[in-house]
Parts: sequence; structure tokens; C-alpha cells
Amino acid sequence: MSLTPDQLQRIALLARIDVAPGEAAAVTERLNRVLGLIDQLQSVDTRGIEPMSHALDAQLSVQQRLRPDEVSEADRRDEYQEGAPAVERGLYLVPKVIE
Amino acid sequence: MLNSSLSELSAALAAKKISSVELTRLFLDRIRGLNGRLNAFITVDEEHSLGQARVADGRRAGKGSAGEAGPLTGIPIAHKDIYCTRGIRTTCGSKMLANFASPYDAHVIEKFDRAGAVMLGKTNMDEFAMGSSNETSHFGPVRNPWDASRVPGGSSGGSAAAVAARMAPAATGTDTGGSIRQPAALTGISGLKPTYGLVSRYGMIAFASSLDQGGPLGKSAADLAMLMNAMAGFDARDSTSLERPAEDYARELAMDLRGLRIGLPKEFFAEGVDADVLARVREAVRWFESQGAKAVEIALPNTGLAVPVYYVLAPAEASSNLSRFDGVRYGHRAKDYADLNDMYRRTRAEGFGTEVKRRILIGTYVLSHGYYDAYYLKAQKVRRLIAKDFAEAFARCDLIMGPTSPSTAFAIGAKADDPVQMYLNDIFTIPAPLAGIPGLSIPCGFDAGGLPVGLQVMGNYFSEAKMLGAAHRYQQATDWHLRVPREAAL
Repeated sequence: MSLTPDQLQRIALLARIDVAPGEAAAVTERLNRVLGLIDQLQSVDTRGIEPMSHALDAQLSVQQRLRPDEVSEADRRDEYQEGAPAVERGLYLVPKVIE
Repeated sequence: MLNSSLSELSAALAAKKISSVELTRLFLDRIRGLNGRLNAFITVDEEHSLGQARVADGRRAGKGSAGEAGPLTGIPIAHKDIYCTRGIRTTCGSKMLANFASPYDAHVIEKFDRAGAVMLGKTNMDEFAMGSSNETSHFGPVRNPWDASRVPGGSSGGSAAAVAARMAPAATGTDTGGSIRQPAALTGISGLKPTYGLVSRYGMIAFASSLDQGGPLGKSAADLAMLMNAMAGFDARDSTSLERPAEDYARELAMDLRGLRIGLPKEFFAEGVDADVLARVREAVRWFESQGAKAVEIALPNTGLAVPVYYVLAPAEASSNLSRFDGVRYGHRAKDYADLNDMYRRTRAEGFGTEVKRRILIGTYVLSHGYYDAYYLKAQKVRRLIAKDFAEAFARCDLIMGPTSPSTAFAIGAKADDPVQMYLNDIFTIPAPLAGIPGLSIPCGFDAGGLPVGLQVMGNYFSEAKMLGAAHRYQQATDWHLRVPREAAL
């Protein structure tokens, strides 16, 4: 499996990571090596096998633990915002989104 | 003192032979002397550590409100810089979090704090825990105390180097694909990845949530047991934390090895493993046999698929976990950007290193529309096959043993060019986290060049006490774990 330049740019967009034109070729080459590694999975017979998403699922019965839908967190917004790049009146400032 | 076990240090503190302040100073001096060369620590705050030491001394003297002193009260511990700590910055080895001041402590940190341990500093690590050599850190590579031109392994390379060089009596780490066990093997110390769910991941910066597990690194299995007694336990704030009756991880240290069935997976003793590594591991297994254990050949037929499975699942989960780093609320934010999207893209391009970006891109790809079934779903199915291999194996043996790593420590820069070469290092450590089972590495000798070799012990779910017991018996009869590297001579 080999990535085209378009595919690389699409993935970079989804991942919100800038890949400069100058580095695209090198990045693609390395990614293709990793894709070569993971392509080995294609030939494995997994008919009838359930996907496993929890580390203990194969052996133990695991349930997502739930709790009552009650507020249990204290308001610590000011503390959390102490290290923020830009805040105003309790809001995080970012470049304008809507024109 | 620098070579003393945790229980010896504990006894010395209890008998007032040494104070925590003196003990902490001893290690801080050691760090000051060695860290410039080894780069094991990213942050050390001497005043903070000594302040905690004074509190611990007070507690041992019966003063203060923290309650009775426990075994770890006053003992200095180094923490991998992946654990959020309120008083000291948490960088995760990354430029993205280079000055991040966490507003809360990780559960593991809270546990050690309540136990009265002293935080010695935050150790260096591969960026966001992605790496097997501690070369991807924004803060520079860590050097192996056994040979400073070589890697200590990763991603908990700083913690491993710190313990190996006696800069800390013990340290915490995390293991997703081998990041505790492999650096333990390459630096000649002991390290444990517990069963998934035993150690809370709250405040442990996430890499791959279905694989990540926090664990201890130390000079011996007995020390690891003491550390696990402090670290493990239910935490409601981690939704994957297991509720189980409290256990004493030291309860089987005196175990009887007679009749113990040791499974040797033929896939772990095959071509591609260093001859010296295999020789040391076989010698260790022969020792267990001399004590009445029985070696049984087993098969883990899907071992060859473990690395590909991991390099689909871990990057996929990482791409999701690291999407929070966008420059909005904390961490690095780019200086110049045209709009919000641009801010995200530049922030992340600048803040993340090459390996991290690579893995996020792979992860994004395997989760994307049109590829999800072929890659991600497929890998989840093969993961179940790997887990089943272990279930079948444990019907025939009690513990599984083999090499932790196919080779000893390699030179810094040797595998920088080919990511796949680096990934194949993890072949023996990746299966355990995929199956959720525990894995341990202890030193079992040296290669012809004087570099440490690690013996990996894997057990069934929740069999840590048995694994530590077998390791402890071995360490009572051998002295590999007591050797100190020349680079860090005492």
C-alpha cells in the first residue's frame, strides 16, 4: 500500500497537522514503510473472529462501569485557565471562525 | 545507601539511622553529578523534594496530620514525566507540553504522596511515550549508564537509567508496547507491566488507552512488589480501573519453585535473536529447572502478527488521544496563523516531533473512511487471536519466559533512519499489552560486550505475585541485579 500525495494531504488535513511541501516526500516514504509492515494483516484469516476493543475482553467479562448522572466535579475553571494561551471573561480566545 | 533495597532504606529510616532529608540529599547529589551526562531527568526541583522529605521526617517522628508512617514514607522516587504533577511541570518529553503546569496530580502521584514518598524529579522519556530508545524526547536522548554511546531503551528510558545509575532507588514508568520492560532489560534493572486495569491511568497522559499501563521500575522484584503495593488499586476516575480486593504483591516472594511449569514459546527462541541474549536466557531457565521447575515448549503462533497489530491499534488510539493538543486551552500554540484551522495545523506541526506526527498520521489513516475495516477492525480481530494464544498457553504452563528484547542496547542513532527497524525491537514485549496480561523483565546476565540482558516473565491475568516470587527466588541466588555500571561507579 503506497500513499499518493493527495492521500497524504487528506490525512494531514484530518489530523490537523501541517505537512510542508518540502517534507511531503520524506514523510510519505516513511509512512509507506509502516504501511508495508501493517499490510501483513491482510492475509490473516479472521472469519468468525470478534474484534477486541478492551484489553481483558478475551478472557474476562468486562462491563463499562457507570455512575449516577450527577454533577461530581467542582468548578475550577480559573485554575485550569491559568496556563491558557489566551483567555477573556472565562472564554478561550481563538482566531475568528465565522465571518 | 545508594545500593540499598527499598526495605533496607525503609528500615534505616524507621530506625533513625538516616533521615529522609539526608537520603533525599544523597540522591539529589548523585543526580547533580550524573545527569549532565546521562540526561535521565527533565526536571528536578531540589527545594520541592527536600520540603517533602521534611514532611516525611515529621511523619516518621509522629508529627503532622498525614497519619502513621508506612514503608515508603521518606523514600525518594523518580517519576516518568508522563504523570501529571501539580507542583512540577509535566512535559511528556514534548515541546507541546514543555511548560505545562498541570492543575492536578495523577492518581499514581497521589498514592505515592499519601504513602509519604518523596518525588525526586520527572524523568526523561520518548515523546508522548512513543519510542523504544528514548531518542525521540524533545529534551534530548537519555544515555545508557552501561555505555553512554548507547540507548537505555524506551519509552521509560529516563526512569530506567536513573535506577540503573543509582540516581534514584526506584522509579515509575508506563508500558504500552514494552516501555517499562525493554528499558529495564537494556539497563540491567527490574520492571513490571501489571495486568491492564490494576494501576489507574488518571493523570497519566494517554498514548494508547487500551494498552497503556503504569508500573514500577526498581533494583529487584522485592522492590517492585513494595512499589506495586503503593501504586495499584481501584480509582473511580479511570473508567477501566478494576475493582478487586486489595492484595499484597509481596505475598509469594518465598515461593516454592518445585513443579512450576515454565512455558518457553518457540517463536521467542528463533532466528533474529542475539546469540548471547538467548544463551543468558537459557541459563536462567536452567537455573529454575535446577530448583524443580519444569520447562515446557509452547507455541504462540500469532507472535509474528503482534508488531503489525500494534502499529495499527496504538497509532489509531494515539491519533484520537493526541487530538486534544490543539493550542487552544494549554500547551504550545503557534505564533503566526491565518485562521483557526491554520492555528491547529501549525501548532501541531511545531509542537510534535517526527515520530509522534508519523504515528498520528498512520492512526488517522487506519481509522479513516474506506480503510477502517481493512486496518483497524482487522487489527482488533487479530488482537483476539493473540490473546487466545496466551489463554491456550496458560492451560499448559504457569509462567512464560523468554528474552525481553532481541538484542542488547544499540548505539544512539543506529536505528534512526528506519522506523520499522525500531518497531521490530518490540516483538517480544508487544504481545503482553495486546492480551492485557502482565509482563516483567529482570536482569539475567551480560553479553560479550558487557551489556545487560533481560529475562522476560509473563503470567496470566492477575498473577503478578507469582511472577515476582519466581523473580525474587532467582535474585536471591544470582547477583545480576546488584551490578552497577562503571559509568556510574559508586
